[in-house]
Amino acid sequence: MKNNAPSAPTDGKSFWEMDEMRIVSGAMVILSGATALMVVMPYLLLKDVRPPAGLKPYTAAQLDGRQVYIANGCVYCHSQQPRDIKQAPDATRGWGRASVAADYAYDTPHLLGTMRTGPDLLNIGARQPSKDWHLGHLYAPRAYSPGSIMPAYPYLFEVKKGTAQPGDAVVNLPPAAAVAGQVVVAQAEALALVSYLISLDRTYPALAPLPEPSAALADKP
Amino acid sequence: MDFTVSVLLGTFLMSIAALFLFIWSMAKGLFGDGSAAAAEIFAPGELGTVEDPAATRAQKGGLQHAMGDAVQGAPGMAAQDSVARERADQSTSLVVGICLTLAVMWLVLASLAGLVSSLKMHMPDWLTQYAWLTFGRIRPIHLNLVAYGWCSLAGIGVAIWLVPRLLKTELVGAKYALTGGALWSVGVFLGTVAIAMGYSDGLEWLEYPWQIDILLVVGGALVGFPLWLTLLQRKVKHLYVSVWYIAAGLLWFPVLFLIANFPGLHFGVQQATMNWWFGHNVLGLWFTPLGLAAAYYFIPKVLGKPIYSYNLSLLGFWSLAFFYSQVGGHHLIGGPVPSWLITISIVQSMMMVIPVFAVAVNQHMTVLGNFRALIYSPTLRFIVLGAMMYTAASIQGSMQALRSVNTLTHFTHYTVAHAHLGLYGFFTMIMFGSIYFIMPRVMNWEWPYPRLISLHFWLVLVGFAIYFIGLSIGGWLQGLAMLDAKTPFMESVKLTLPYLKARSVGGSLMTMGHLVFAAHFFAMGWKFGPRRLGAALLGTSLIPSRFTRGAAA
Repeated sequence: MKNNAPSAPTDGKSFWEMDEMRIVSGAMVILSGATALMVVMPYLLLKDVRPPAGLKPYTAAQLDGRQVYIANGCVYCHSQQPRDIKQAPDATRGWGRASVAADYAYDTPHLLGTMRTGPDLLNIGARQPSKDWHLGHLYAPRAYSPGSIMPAYPYLFEVKKGTAQPGDAVVNLPPAAAVAGQVVVAQAEALALVSYLISLDRTYPALAPLPEPSAALADKP
Repeated sequence: MDFTVSVLLGTFLMSIAALFLFIWSMAKGLFGDGSAAAAEIFAPGELGTVEDPAATRAQKGGLQHAMGDAVQGAPGMAAQDSVARERADQSTSLVVGICLTLAVMWLVLASLAGLVSSLKMHMPDWLTQYAWLTFGRIRPIHLNLVAYGWCSLAGIGVAIWLVPRLLKTELVGAKYALTGGALWSVGVFLGTVAIAMGYSDGLEWLEYPWQIDILLVVGGALVGFPLWLTLLQRKVKHLYVSVWYIAAGLLWFPVLFLIANFPGLHFGVQQATMNWWFGHNVLGLWFTPLGLAAAYYFIPKVLGKPIYSYNLSLLGFWSLAFFYSQVGGHHLIGGPVPSWLITISIVQSMMMVIPVFAVAVNQHMTVLGNFRALIYSPTLRFIVLGAMMYTAASIQGSMQALRSVNTLTHFTHYTVAHAHLGLYGFFTMIMFGSIYFIMPRVMNWEWPYPRLISLHFWLVLVGFAIYFIGLSIGGWLQGLAMLDAKTPFMESVKLTLPYLKARSVGGSLMTMGHLVFAAHFFAMGWKFGPRRLGAALLGTSLIPSRFTRGAAA
């Protein structure tokens, strides 16, 4: 093959010759441009987004629960971003309207997720507001949701022989999952997680109502 | 919104300008045959001489024979060049040996974590008592061990080994690289423990707590430092393609990782856009450059012939940097993020066809007509397979960024299969081939059991085929089921079960392959088997004389 032999070496640098300065400056200029576009611009556009009136800040217990959600990697199977009905039937499944940036005003770190091994959870609190259901489902997922491949979380609970002590948060398991002579008690982490899950409710309208004309005018001198 | 319009218009005009530049350079014949720079990886008189330290003597003879008798009567490599290369290799042997050893250990742990995650997907009540083994922790442990343990350290080791060879000098400042690699590995260890204990920053690809990330930023910068010191000492006129990719990658990663992990800077949906800006750039601007740098070196080096087109590699490099750095938004199609951002990312994902085409043509045209060489060269077998998977993964990735396809594949196992085609099929395969080439030079010792290389190859190839095909089909069906409003959600879970089991079968074979590889690696480390190599390995002197008359040192 003719390209087995090198072509004659050229003296002097050609227009296209790569040297250290070109690599460094080119690489950094391109990365800066991409960062301006993909990171800085969204930052500037989104930094003034205000939380909608219907969205309450998380309570301390709900924030603790959010940490339990993060620590146990719920995000690897559950998204929190229903898509528009024109794209996918997420709303038909009861997962809620398409979410908007303002819905996440209190969500840092974000938990949008990339996987739906399980259903979307952005509105799980509205769809399933029962604390008992959530506690039992975390302890024995398949007793509530046959065919589910969600792992059980026994380490968030304590199994006690006999009867519960006063103050214990006893889990009301369905007969099929309950074992005679023992009670299942939710630990603080499980209770926090459930309070976070129940708080997930973005069923208020996505667009805030227009401000009163008088109020809008009053801002101006 | 004029802001949106001006961004889109600006992007459009830039793309048109780039297109004209491309057409102009085609017309000027700038993408012709290789230039002197393409031959820079060879010593004078070395062209036509094959090199594969992983090959046995008989394989090497066959390899040289397959590549033709170009060395017949050629002067061969001069003694001083042979000694210089020996010195270049020796200057990196300690730091490269340590980086690659750590990488192989992380690979084994990462495979086991991956296998446990896979099994848990169809055995949800298995090992649920232990918090650190729950799916939501062992899965990110797997991902981070693969990305920052195995892939990064292997890539760093290969890059450090390549630099002195590419610059025809000795490595300067090895102690910085050694310190950097050590800090990095400590970071990977602490990060893994943190995830296991439930301390995660909560973002995919960025789980390590930011305090631990400091170790990776500083370690990564320290690893890059010797490259710049060595560049000052270079004895070559032209910087070869691989140098561009390594230099740029080692610059890009610390910047990306620092911005992405900076505490208190990101919020809500903005953090999501940043998350996928990082998530895709860590592939495109860190792993891909390191993988391509290795492929661009080893394919021509093993074959003893320069790459097909030097100028095409120029186009490939700059277009990769430009387009790849803007594709992250395609991970958020349908999400609550500005739509112009997603549109730009989709467009740039399609534009990725250009760099992929450049690399594919260059690498495949170099191999074309020499496929017999794959029979003889263990290095080439892995690397050529990896280069093919690069093309496949990239084209698949561009397709997946299309809104219509993404609507189906987003949120499904199809994406997981695609991610493995990239980081395993492409990157990991190239690293396997590179390590097979490099380690005999690092240890001055031959791979003791050549059959284990074949066993490794077939285990991971068959295992990965089962993994990828199974999970892709399962993911596609899952996506179809989820898009059909009449199908209950649970159906989309149940129908994936056979494919998830197939993934576990494939993953088991891959893990077995890695155990074989690691055992062989450590057998070599303890110097089992006969010593058959030495300085004389270089040049043609190890090739049986019936194949060549060219004499080296």
